[in-house]
Amino acid sequence: MTPQEFAKHLGANYPDHQFEIDPLNENCVLIPLQLVPQCFELLRDDDATQMDYFDFSTCVDHPPDRLDLVYSMYSTVYKHRIQLKVVLDRQNPCVPTVSHLWVNANWNEREMYDLFGVFFPGHKDLRRLMMPDDWEGHPLRKDYAHPNLVVRPD
Amino acid sequence: MLIRTWWCALTSPSDDGGALRTEEFELNMGPQHPSTHGVLRMVLKMDGERVVDCDPVVGYLHRSIEKMAENRTFTQVIPVTDRLDYCTSMTSNYVYVLAVEKLADLTPPPRAEYIRVIMTELNRIASHLLWYGTFCLEIGATTPFLYSFRDREKVLDLFESACGARLLYNYIRIGGVGQDINQKFLDRMIEFLDYWEPIIPEYEALLDENPIFYNRTVGVGTVPLEMCRSYGVSGPNVRAAGVAEDVRRDDPFAVYKDLEFEIPTEKESDVFARYRVRMRELRESAKILRQCYEKIPSGPYGLPLNYRFKVPEGETYVHIESPRGDIGCFLASSGGDKPWRCKFRTPSFVHIQLFKKLLEGVLIPDIMAICASFDIVLPETDR
Amino acid sequence: MDLIKKIPAYVERIPNGGILMTGLDWVLNNAKASSMWYMLFGLACCAIELMATGASRYDFDRLGMIFRATPRQTDLMIVAGTLTLKMAPRVKLLYEQMPDPKYVIAMGGCTMHGGPFYHDSYSVLKGVDKIIPVDIHVAGCPPRPEALMNGCIALQDLIRGEKVGRKRDRPGLRHIDPATNLPLLVRPDTGLIRPNQIIMPDQLRVLS
Repeated sequence: MTPQEFAKHLGANYPDHQFEIDPLNENCVLIPLQLVPQCFELLRDDDATQMDYFDFSTCVDHPPDRLDLVYSMYSTVYKHRIQLKVVLDRQNPCVPTVSHLWVNANWNEREMYDLFGVFFPGHKDLRRLMMPDDWEGHPLRKDYAHPNLVVRPD
Repeated sequence: MLIRTWWCALTSPSDDGGALRTEEFELNMGPQHPSTHGVLRMVLKMDGERVVDCDPVVGYLHRSIEKMAENRTFTQVIPVTDRLDYCTSMTSNYVYVLAVEKLADLTPPPRAEYIRVIMTELNRIASHLLWYGTFCLEIGATTPFLYSFRDREKVLDLFESACGARLLYNYIRIGGVGQDINQKFLDRMIEFLDYWEPIIPEYEALLDENPIFYNRTVGVGTVPLEMCRSYGVSGPNVRAAGVAEDVRRDDPFAVYKDLEFEIPTEKESDVFARYRVRMRELRESAKILRQCYEKIPSGPYGLPLNYRFKVPEGETYVHIESPRGDIGCFLASSGGDKPWRCKFRTPSFVHIQLFKKLLEGVLIPDIMAICASFDIVLPETDR
Repeated sequence: MDLIKKIPAYVERIPNGGILMTGLDWVLNNAKASSMWYMLFGLACCAIELMATGASRYDFDRLGMIFRATPRQTDLMIVAGTLTLKMAPRVKLLYEQMPDPKYVIAMGGCTMHGGPFYHDSYSVLKGVDKIIPVDIHVAGCPPRPEALMNGCIALQDLIRGEKVGRKRDRPGLRHIDPATNLPLLVRPDTGLIRPNQIIMPDQLRVLS
């Protein structure tokens, strides 16, 4: 399936919403925030898509107000791969978990919670993954400052 | 085997004879432990010799590679990716460079593509030999370690003659490779293969016929295929479950579509099967290298590029096959000369999550065998 | 008998043998220097080179270096690789578990000043000599096995020059507070870390 077909397939299942190809990434479909996680459940369980392999999920920080959340998944049956993007509010990023659909998403979400400060309601074990438990701040955000961080002169 | 049966009978939960019941206790394993391949920490809840629950803790080698990539030019990031997975630096160089090339729409010359394939396959051999040595060390055999490092040094000599470094190469560059290789290098490579290919049965002879090795590995750490799928297991570990999945064939990059090679699989999906798959992959790598020797064209080895070249705005994801599995790079550019976001999808990150489920109910000595058989590398997990 | 000539000793010959007289320093220091047992302790990339040094081609055993898996049986800690803030308290704990006399070799650029992770890294401890005293620094990223062995030979020479019973004159920690003569881990305004004190990550966060 091409990304255009994915967008069409999702549009047929959720007629109230718009699904567009991301202008930045030709292999990525933009998903409205309110369709997480039922849209993912559809992609995983639908016979036409069968996305049974979760690659990764990560964030891209766009200060001052946007935080993109990118999911990537793959079907071992049809051998197609797609990225899905959800746009979050940077001040208060919050998105329902998908870790009950793919176990692999568990640590990916913990990592994003740790490094970007995204909150995942419904996640069973939301703790910091990389940094010590009492660390303050979310290091991979663009405006992060820390005494240990020496910025490289250009 | 007898002692093991005895312990199983004594400590198994179904044993309600009440001969010896134990209380649960917590055991901290790592981050400094000789058998955890670096700085992995596992908090184990034990019932006697048996693991009830395992909580892997990572992050002891979190070196902020992804943050560093955001403040370097596209070329300057390559040495940082070396440190991402030090056992196969070429592969992590390669996946990053492929992402930049896809975003900037560059096509490297065919000679460079062949050199890259030669280097990644040589590095796969070096990495598997390293794995073989440490895997045996953790099971308790010291001799195979010496055998494998003897031959690994010969691969490192080849790398040293090509790019001057033993471990962290910074060799695969955007648009090509760092330096050209000459005919002498290729001849030495074939000389090495002629010497080394007959030695692979020697490695296997050390273990295959060994009853202790059998008892430690057969039927230990079995991962069913459904579990592989939900966790996203890839590489030799999923091939040991009987699925012929390989990025080199499913999603061919570089010149892999012109090369003939088999994808070795095993059915049992236990520690022994994962060992068998890796040993057979060594032979396939040798086969690929011999084909590259025949087919490598002459011509330029790289594209002339400005040091601070700019990459158009966009995002992309590419993935290749590393010796550990499916390694990927998600790269976002904002149109400048530095990456905006660089995320690595690494196989070890996925495989360590599996331990929580997999180590339930195993004995303490089996933890080492299972951990080692997955070939985890911690810098790749923590980045 | 060539070896005997090198020993700073007086040999008195008596029938059926001889008496060898030499300093206590010489005997004890040589005993120490020629059987350095190092801790099997790998952190990052340098650990692979440390393994290669111990394996077939380079054969670390020639120098009397044998790895031990527990700190209680070791004389030498080779800090091989990048030390992160999360790992730093553990390394200090391991160092304190080693019995005296103990020595430290810092292997690779990361252990000297952060190496390639000096800039832009928020989680790497920039120099292990901020938490444990280091005797020998081996430069390189990673150092070749030859460089590591050279470092070990340099350490052996250092040990041979020691005086028994006298406090060792060692470089110590990088930051010494002039007022109290105690090693400083953090700035004076945020607090002191004294030897034999386990550091928690929150204290490490305010590195100078």
